[in-house]
Order: sequence, then structure tokens, then C-alpha cells
Amino acid sequence: MNRHLSPAVVAGLIAVRVVGAAPMGLPPVPIPPDNPQSEAKIRLGDSLFHDTRFSADGKVSCATCHRRAKGFTDHLPVSKGFNGLTGTRNAPTVVNSAYMKSLFWDGREPDLEGQSKQPSVNPVEGGLKDHRPILEVVRGDTRYTKAFKDVFGVGPDGIGMDHVAKAIASFERTLVAGESPFDRYRYGGERNAMNAAQIRGLAVFLGKGRCISCHVIEQTQALFTDNRFHNIGVGFKRIRGKEHEIAARWVKSKRAGAEVDKAVLTGVELSELGRFAVTANLTEVGAFKTPTLRNIAVTRPYMHDGSLETLEDVVDFYNNGGRERETDPLSGFQSGGIRPLDLTDREKQDLVSFMKALTSPEFQALASNQPEQTP
Amino acid sequence: MNRLIDRRKFIQHGGALLAAGSLPLSLVEMAFGEGDARNFSFAFISDSHITHVKGGAFVRNWDRGLIRAVAETNLLDPEPDFVFYGGDIAQLGKPEEIDHGLEILSGLRVKTHYVMGEHDYYLDLGDYWRKELGPDHYSFDHKGVHFAVLNSILTYENWMHGKWNTGMERMRQMARLDNPEGQPFMVGEAQRAWLEADLAEVSRDTPIVVFSHSPLQKIYKGWNFWTEDAEQLQALLQPFDKVTVLYGHVHQIQYNQIGNISFHSAMATAWPWPYPATYRQAPTYLPKLTVEMNRADPFFERDATGWQFINLHTGNVDVHYLLPGNSNRVVAFDARAGQPLDTRYQLAANRIPAQTHY
Repeated sequence: MNRHLSPAVVAGLIAVRVVGAAPMGLPPVPIPPDNPQSEAKIRLGDSLFHDTRFSADGKVSCATCHRRAKGFTDHLPVSKGFNGLTGTRNAPTVVNSAYMKSLFWDGREPDLEGQSKQPSVNPVEGGLKDHRPILEVVRGDTRYTKAFKDVFGVGPDGIGMDHVAKAIASFERTLVAGESPFDRYRYGGERNAMNAAQIRGLAVFLGKGRCISCHVIEQTQALFTDNRFHNIGVGFKRIRGKEHEIAARWVKSKRAGAEVDKAVLTGVELSELGRFAVTANLTEVGAFKTPTLRNIAVTRPYMHDGSLETLEDVVDFYNNGGRERETDPLSGFQSGGIRPLDLTDREKQDLVSFMKALTSPEFQALASNQPEQTP
Repeated sequence: MNRLIDRRKFIQHGGALLAAGSLPLSLVEMAFGEGDARNFSFAFISDSHITHVKGGAFVRNWDRGLIRAVAETNLLDPEPDFVFYGGDIAQLGKPEEIDHGLEILSGLRVKTHYVMGEHDYYLDLGDYWRKELGPDHYSFDHKGVHFAVLNSILTYENWMHGKWNTGMERMRQMARLDNPEGQPFMVGEAQRAWLEADLAEVSRDTPIVVFSHSPLQKIYKGWNFWTEDAEQLQALLQPFDKVTVLYGHVHQIQYNQIGNISFHSAMATAWPWPYPATYRQAPTYLPKLTVEMNRADPFFERDATGWQFINLHTGNVDVHYLLPGNSNRVVAFDARAGQPLDTRYQLAANRIPAQTHY
């Protein structure tokens, strides 16, 4: 393996590796029957996740855009991959992605196993033409062949991309984090876990802010996502007036065999069609998946194109009815649930404070500029 | 594959779908042959119920429903030949509401034909609507198909022209459901005579499409899913080989076949209605329906609303319903069965259970 796990990382991981011990505020991690967890599989997945040999220039691994030190994202508006090429979309955090019912901003993959196969062969991410170089590495490296044999019972030539994907998914299923100040307040009964501003912010979240409509909080756990797709108006300006032309062009390409993954990450206008690019369903134009808000304070910038830098910007965007300025035009495809909120300045600040209370202990160190955080 | 999520089902619902159900790029098999000019499609939007609050403010939800239908219709590729609007632009027939609705509809890229709805009519007996949009019954021919549009929401003369303190009082009476003072809709003698004369010029093998707001059938009287002179109207249409009636008003998917006439309803862009069977206090005559509509999700403001586009080929119609947050549905004329059938859900094995995600 080409990486050692630091003691702090190990400590963080061990707490959640035991199946069944979901963190406070989260449900048990869904584990598919054909990919059960094991220590060895998780370690293998961890190595694969960090292996930069799985890219055309030998410099890009999953961890390039999903870096633990940056909340398992990269703090860039859109990610930079092979040869420094940029894509069109912001890297979502891997933390708690195990609870997602579909992966990617447009939900084009149903599970983590499917997701991990795509970036390596995307021209602006891993840059590989196909998966063969990856298989060459894992089949040729004795540390890998030993691990694959151990975990899957396959010899070197029997190692396939499904094994690689399963191991990576297994590792990702350990990247779950709850027990934030919000969780301790709401589910742990600790009245002092959140400060006054955060408590007021929770009330805005549940009420006037309307956040709860999509960023779900339930009785015993909170995923902060409804796993659905909504057009909230981000990025609309880019394609305003051209929706018909872009949609028609895309459907034509798709019929000719174009792949969604490559097309949306290399086409900045096509990317704005969101879920429509996957389903060709007219009712999903410009719709993107609701992301989780857990650890949101440490996973900036925000939205599918990374266009909103700070949480304050996000709150302003929603407060204006789904636009950066109150006078910007609205997209006809925008969800009717998005509307001007008339929040007071204090309500806006409180909402931001509340969102900072969603940071889990293992990522607390990344949230350095947060005077409101209770120790 | 033994996965949490069946990948094949995932692809079917979320993956590459260019079947006729989602976009009319590969139209259903056509007896006229591909590229034949007699095949065409048009969009059908209905029941926006634009509601004025005060000043320049209108009920946001219903504005957004219509805005969305217009935006999505404009993406249809190939472009539809025209759009039909099925009635009830406004909620209370106020000029502000009709103007605001027409302003939103003016965003459509192709010509739009309008059908009178009772919510457009009863405030002023249709004066403002006709001033803006022209006659409330008319006909035209398009690519060998005869289109006839009726105002089917009239009622008894003495009630319409009766002594009302205000037009709004009359409008509110007509807007009420299960109204003990309720008045049934009808096309009326004058329009029946007009239609008879209009159809006298049409050969029996010309496909006919009739637009009305109310169903031109008798479905449920309490909610005015009813046309009092339905039988007389159906008799006028009986001599023709292929007749389709397209109507709004019911805010749900309905389809039926009476003799040679196929009936199809439109979804509303505003709000859904459940089947009146669940609310009835008197016997009803529901059309034969194969699948219960999913109950609306109260947390999704567009649930159980939608709009539709229609492919006309071989003189019969396929109605493609676009339903936000739901599986789109197609009700197509089945030549072997001789009636419209839901293309996905007619078999018990293929039925989906009502949504419970909320």
C-alpha cells in the first residue's frame, strides 16, 4: 500500500467501522448484501482510494478531489483533474455518501460501486481511456494481489473492476460522521450543545427558511437530504434563452451514444441541464440532487457549480428566491418551493450559525474560523 | 446482481430513456409511416386557475405551475404544431387573472388555441375572455384532421342570466363543489346546431378531434364532471370513423371509449383532484379506469399536476402525460382493443402501488 494511516485517522475510522454502530443522528449504514464490510476490504479500499497510479499522468486519485484534510472535497468551485484540467461540477463530500440513494449531482449512478468507476475514465478527471491501466496496476502489485486474494479469494488475473469498486465502496461506507453539536442537542438531549444563535437558526431552518422541505431532519436521525432532484435556480443565467437549443443538441448526441459522465463534465452548458441529461425527462430540467448539509461549514464552496463561496452567500441566494440578486430573472424550470423568504439580517446570521453546528467532531479542526462553535 | 438498488430498474427509471414516454423524438409506430406529414403532435396545457391576491400579486404556486408547463413545452423537440389550452386560465374570471395567465402563456413558441372554462366564464358570461381570445366555439382543419372547439360549460339560460347582485356571486356559485344549488354544464342547443352544420361538411373518414372543458360525458354530477346534453353531442359525432374528445376540468387522468369516440382528460397545472368515487354521496358513472392515481404528496407543491403532449397518427391520439416527480404516463389508442389504454399499467403485474414516500 502506498500510504500509512495516521493514528488520528485510525482513531476516527475505528469508531465507525463496527457495523451497527451508527453515529449519533444517523441511521445504520446501508450495506448491500453482495458487498459486506470487512477490515481487510476497508483497508484495501482505502489504498485504492488514494492511489494516484489510476490516472493518465499518475497524479490523480480519488483523494485528489476528495481529500480528508478538506472534508473529503477539494475546496475548489469545480474540480481539477488530469493535467490540471477542470470539469464543470463541484466535488461533493464523500462523508455520509453511503446514505445516498443515487450518486453524482445528477444521480446517474445508483450506488457507490457504480460511482467509483467513472472518474478514472473521464477526460478531465483521471484521463484514462479505459480501466485497463488500473487493472494492470492491481494485478501487478504484490501488495494488492495479496489483499485481493485475501478479501475476494481471486488470483491476480481474476481481479476485475467490480472488485476494485466494491473495495472502494466498502472504505467509503466507513466515512460516516454524525454527533455534531446539532445531533447532541436534538438526539442526545444536551441543551447546551448549541448556543442561542444556533438554536434560533434551527427554528428558522424548520420554519421561515423552509430548508426542512428538502434538507430532511427526522425523529431519530437527520440525513439533511431528501435524495430528490430540484431546480433551485443555480447556474441558470448561463443557459437562459438557450435551453431548447442545448437540450435538443444533447438528445441528439445521446441517441448517437454519447455518455452522460463525459459529456456533462466537459460541457459547461450541458452540465446546467442537470438530471435531464440523465433521464431526458422534461420535468427534470436543471434539477440537481439535494446534498447533505452535514459538515457543510468545512466543504465549501457550494452548489453544483461551486458558484456560492460562503454560507452567507447561500442564505442570500435562497432569501432572494433562488437568485444571486433580487432583480435577477427566474428560470421557468425552477422549483415552486423556492421563493423569497424575507429573512431579517439576524435570521440570516442565525441560519448560518446553525449550519456551522452540523460539523462532526472529526472535522472540527477544519472549522477554524468559527467563534460560535461550542467546545 | 444482488444490490440494494436493482440496477436495471434504476436505469429504466433514471437512465437513458428516449422512448416515446419522455420525449417525442422517436414517435410510436405510425400507420402513415415515418415522415408522413399526416403525423403531428401538439401540446395540451390546462387548468392553471391563476388567482389574483391583490395589486400585482398572484397565488405563487399556480403561477409557477403554468410557468413550468410553458417552459417545458418550449423544449419539445420536434416542435409541436400548436398548443391547445384546455380552459380555466383564471380562478374567478377576473380580467387581472386572465391577463396574467395570458401573459405567462405568451411565452409559448407556437400558436395557441383556447377553450373556455367555467372559471373564465361565469364572472361576466365570457365577455372579457372573448374580447381577448375571440369566439368560444370554432373549428379548423389541420393536416387532414378536423378540430372543433366547444364551450361546454354553459348552463340553463335563466340561471346564467338570472337576477344576480354581482357577477362574482354567480361565479362563486359555479365554482363551488357539491353545491346543492348546483347547475349542470351543457353545450346547449345553439352550439349543437352549430356543430351539426359544421360537421355536415366533413367526410366520415376524416379524423375528428373535439375540445371542450367539461367531459362531454356524464361522470360525476356533484363536481360537474358532467355535460347534460352529452348523449345528443355524442350522437352528432357518432357517424364518423375516428373521434377523440379532449377535455380538462377534472384535474386527473381519465380515459374512456364510448362507441367510436375516445375520451381523454388533461392534468391541471394548478392542483390535483382525487377520484370523486372517494367523495361521492350519490351514484356515479365513472369511466373504466385501470389504475388509481397516486395520492398527491402534500410536501411537493407540483405533485399530481402536469401537462401533456399528444401525438396524432392514424387519426387516433396518444396522450403523453408529463408528471413532475412521478413516472410519466402514456394513454394510447390501442387498435386491437379499439380503445385507449395506459401503455404501462394495464396489467396487474405492472401496476405500481400508490406513492408513500411522504
